[in-house]
Amino acid sequence: MSATTPVVAVNSDLARFQDAFARTLLDSSAPPDAHIANLVSQPAFAVYRNTVMKGCIDAVQANFPAVTRLVGEEWMRAAAADYVRTAPPTDPALLHYGASFADFLAHFEPAAEFPYLPGVARLDRCWIEAHTATDENAIDPAVLAALAPERLANAILRPHAAARWAWFPGAPIYNIWSGNRGDAAFDSQPVWKADGVLITRPRNVVTWIELDAAGYAFMDACAAGLTVADAADAALATHGEVDFARMMSALMTAGAFGAIRHTAA
Amino acid sequence: MTTVLTAGLSLKPQYYEAAAACRADGLWFEVHPENYMVAGGPRLAWLEKIREQHGVSLHGVALSLAADTEPDVSHLARLASLAQRVQPTLMSEHLAWSTWRGAYHPDLLPFPRTDAALLRIADNISRTQDALQRRIAIENPSHYLRMDGHDWNEIDFLTELVRRTGCGLLLDVNNVYVSANNLGFSAADYVDAFPAEAVMEIHLAGHTPDPKLGATLLVDTHDAPVAPEVWALYERLIRRIGTRPTLIERDDNLPEFATLFTERLHAERVLRTPLACAA
Repeated sequence: MSATTPVVAVNSDLARFQDAFARTLLDSSAPPDAHIANLVSQPAFAVYRNTVMKGCIDAVQANFPAVTRLVGEEWMRAAAADYVRTAPPTDPALLHYGASFADFLAHFEPAAEFPYLPGVARLDRCWIEAHTATDENAIDPAVLAALAPERLANAILRPHAAARWAWFPGAPIYNIWSGNRGDAAFDSQPVWKADGVLITRPRNVVTWIELDAAGYAFMDACAAGLTVADAADAALATHGEVDFARMMSALMTAGAFGAIRHTAA
Repeated sequence: MTTVLTAGLSLKPQYYEAAAACRADGLWFEVHPENYMVAGGPRLAWLEKIREQHGVSLHGVALSLAADTEPDVSHLARLASLAQRVQPTLMSEHLAWSTWRGAYHPDLLPFPRTDAALLRIADNISRTQDALQRRIAIENPSHYLRMDGHDWNEIDFLTELVRRTGCGLLLDVNNVYVSANNLGFSAADYVDAFPAEAVMEIHLAGHTPDPKLGATLLVDTHDAPVAPEVWALYERLIRRIGTRPTLIERDDNLPEFATLFTERLHAERVLRTPLACAA
């Protein structure tokens, strides 16, 4: 959130009150400061504790729907409560809360039996980023189709503002994730193989397509500012055999790119 | 678009289509701007679409005006940018704090109404109004705790903020009812004493008894229909001060749009009585 650190009058009564109150909100085990003890001892203090905790947990649950569907609401809310205590929100726009939730799950002992959860959380997060990204029209596939091959080879494609892509070498995270978004009927026995995904929002709706290792490498290379020819080489290097025309067509149809820049070379 | 706002409704994503299609004289919608602090995407698109048809109010929950620090500069900038984009008919915030030392506590937290707090909050309201280039309304909070150390009663405190900053007030009648119940004062006396000319907006909402303590502790949950006692206080208020934009505020346990709309009709009936119009 803020890049600025507000100057606080640390010695004022109000600041001391707010320090004590805030500390006691999230940590009910610590003895409250003496000057707010008469507040914390009232049963009504729990209303604030509950509201703050509920608000944070609701946000985690709302922002990670596939994780929630996989582990169930009860498990999710318990995990979220732990997360809130380690990383309370800093941005009041709670849609952005949970940037570190995937990392948290990776080290969360009760999640050890679900090794795919951090990856699924990453993709839930990618969905939010795509959902809230700057509006931008994706490049019309017809524009690329009309380019002479050498002109395309020397062009630089910039990924769309909403485009996020991921590759999971160890598990079919994308298939697990996509099977647990919305009302999709999840195939509980996905083929256990590496997979990847491109999530984007060419217009108003977030969409996604499966990506192979070559597609992932190609997107990375484009994001790094390489020309299409160099990005294709990067894709080939990871995969050996790439149907370049098919990959380009799939990426263009998905709306993976927001701008094209032509180079002289 | 209608220029005179009568009764409005909380706008939630579930209501986007119904809200965009709804035509009713005086209808308006209110959102929490924090939910629209995004670079782009369908949420903003819906809000702009609804704004083309209806008045929109931005009701902030996170400026943390009662924190003993200046409002977060980047948060204020995002709010100003959203206001620029949406051109809201009303903007409001709370007499409370929520962000403190970089952590956001999603609630409206209490504080002792001291002279020092008055200075700080007046300064924070002025900074906000300067950044937004407009007058904002400040809402009376719900109270749960019996707190010592107040130099001011709440109405005098709010009145003084109005005098010092030129801000307006948002009178949440349900908050008055809940607070009066929890702290043991007369809700009717509070409503009667509230400075009429400063009221820019009124909120009506539902509350819930605390699951453990029952009706001795009412919680301002916004998850139920407006209670009959709150309607009675509202009618009493409108008879005295006249018509004001009135929100049916609903944030949880959301009913069908049509159900919420019948509550709006109740408020409309109160606002359009001859007594209200004459006040």
